[in-house]
Amino acid sequence: MKFKGYIRKNGKIGSRNLVAVIPSVVCANDVAQAIVRQVQGTVGYFHHQGCCQLPPDLKRVTNTLISLGSSPNVGAALIVSLGCEGTDYVRVAEEIASTGKPTAMIGIQKLGGTSKAIQAGIDAAQALILKISSMQREETDISNVVMSIKCGASDATSGMASNCVIGYVSDKFVDLGATVIFGETTEFIGAEHILARRAITEDVAKQIFEIVSQMEDRARSLGCDMRSGQPTPGNILGGLSSIEEKSLGAIAKSGSRPIEGVLDYTEKVTNQKGLWIKDTPGREPEILTGMACTGAQFMLFSTGRGAPQGFPSMPVIKICGNPLTFERMQHDMDINAGTIITGQKSIEEVGEEVFAMTIRVLNGEMTKNEALQYYNSIDIHTLGPVI
Amino acid sequence: MELKLGLKVHEKDNVATIFAERIVKGTQIEIHDKSGNKQLLIVLDDIPYGHKVAVTVITKGNLINKYGEEIGIATRDIKPGEHVHIHNLDSMRGRGDLERSRT
Repeated sequence: MKFKGYIRKNGKIGSRNLVAVIPSVVCANDVAQAIVRQVQGTVGYFHHQGCCQLPPDLKRVTNTLISLGSSPNVGAALIVSLGCEGTDYVRVAEEIASTGKPTAMIGIQKLGGTSKAIQAGIDAAQALILKISSMQREETDISNVVMSIKCGASDATSGMASNCVIGYVSDKFVDLGATVIFGETTEFIGAEHILARRAITEDVAKQIFEIVSQMEDRARSLGCDMRSGQPTPGNILGGLSSIEEKSLGAIAKSGSRPIEGVLDYTEKVTNQKGLWIKDTPGREPEILTGMACTGAQFMLFSTGRGAPQGFPSMPVIKICGNPLTFERMQHDMDINAGTIITGQKSIEEVGEEVFAMTIRVLNGEMTKNEALQYYNSIDIHTLGPVI
Repeated sequence: MELKLGLKVHEKDNVATIFAERIVKGTQIEIHDKSGNKQLLIVLDDIPYGHKVAVTVITKGNLINKYGEEIGIATRDIKPGEHVHIHNLDSMRGRGDLERSRT
């Protein structure tokens, strides 16, 4: 089976051909936004990190920006630096350039301020998009797919319909030799024993227990019940009573195939195949960023209450398990899995609909959130304080 | 009258999930499980869409099961037909509050 994508110099395949405008620090966001507003074909990673953080977090932010900029959906990159930030912006530019993508950098302080930086940035971004815009899609094997998965704004339908559909599609991609990544470590709490049984080795099983206990320890360290943080007030209104119940529904989206290993938050997929875990929290901006770091060409996103958001450089396909929500939010939801709850369709039938859509999206069809440009759900998950 | 539907995922479960609107106290519902078994039940509370109903007696301190797994513990005695949610189900995980009260 084949799809048509952009073949990058390092052999990775993109489903989009975008210029990524990458602020190296939160303080460069305004200049980066002005560039993105002006130049067609650009997207911005408007995050809120990059300075006055401890060294492990600064390294994490630097590595995240490198992984995002190296994504195969990115054809070229422009780094917007302030000049005094904590991230290693030179390394960001060098490592992205080493993947073979046209890369440029501007410095706001060096150029003499905001207006001069905006002008230089617009010129640089325009040159980059002109350089890549004539690239053509080429046919490539389905095993080159890297798919990320997530559920958000869940309710009781998620674990019984939309997550089961994603599980079906996940198994199918794994069987086709592709790579599937799932995360939301918080939502393994209470279900980790089931995931650990699917680990290919005892070491991987141990790692699963470890990342869950680290996540739970962070939640417990504030001395309160995590309920209302997770599950969220919306989850609770939707009928989910505890993190255990939410988790047991959430892991349905990982399907049934063996779990090959655990990837770090900033890690790219190099040659890993099969089903992998990425250690991320559940909140959308942080997990979407972690998933885009893998180089995933798209995401399957399951929802019950109606999560509308997407990511700048990774198309997000929304699968809605709640038939009432689908009715209300049709312009945000790509696939109606509520037909499973109402008994009109089976998990397999909706799974095949979703699979067919993934191929169309890989080939260039926009998802609903892309068409609406509702795609700025980005932020970097850091571990230490802002100081 | 049309019967309102509840789904029980696993035979071990002592709750079912209701996928119907306007389930009010006194409504009769039909609980289905995956093997096609059916159980009629009168609900004792108003229960919103997607929420759980007890299908057996659950005594205080006992485990509440869904998907055949533990989703929490009963904080009081629960009768069949009662709404099961945060008012009578406690999570057993991520409980920093319990550690604090122990120290």
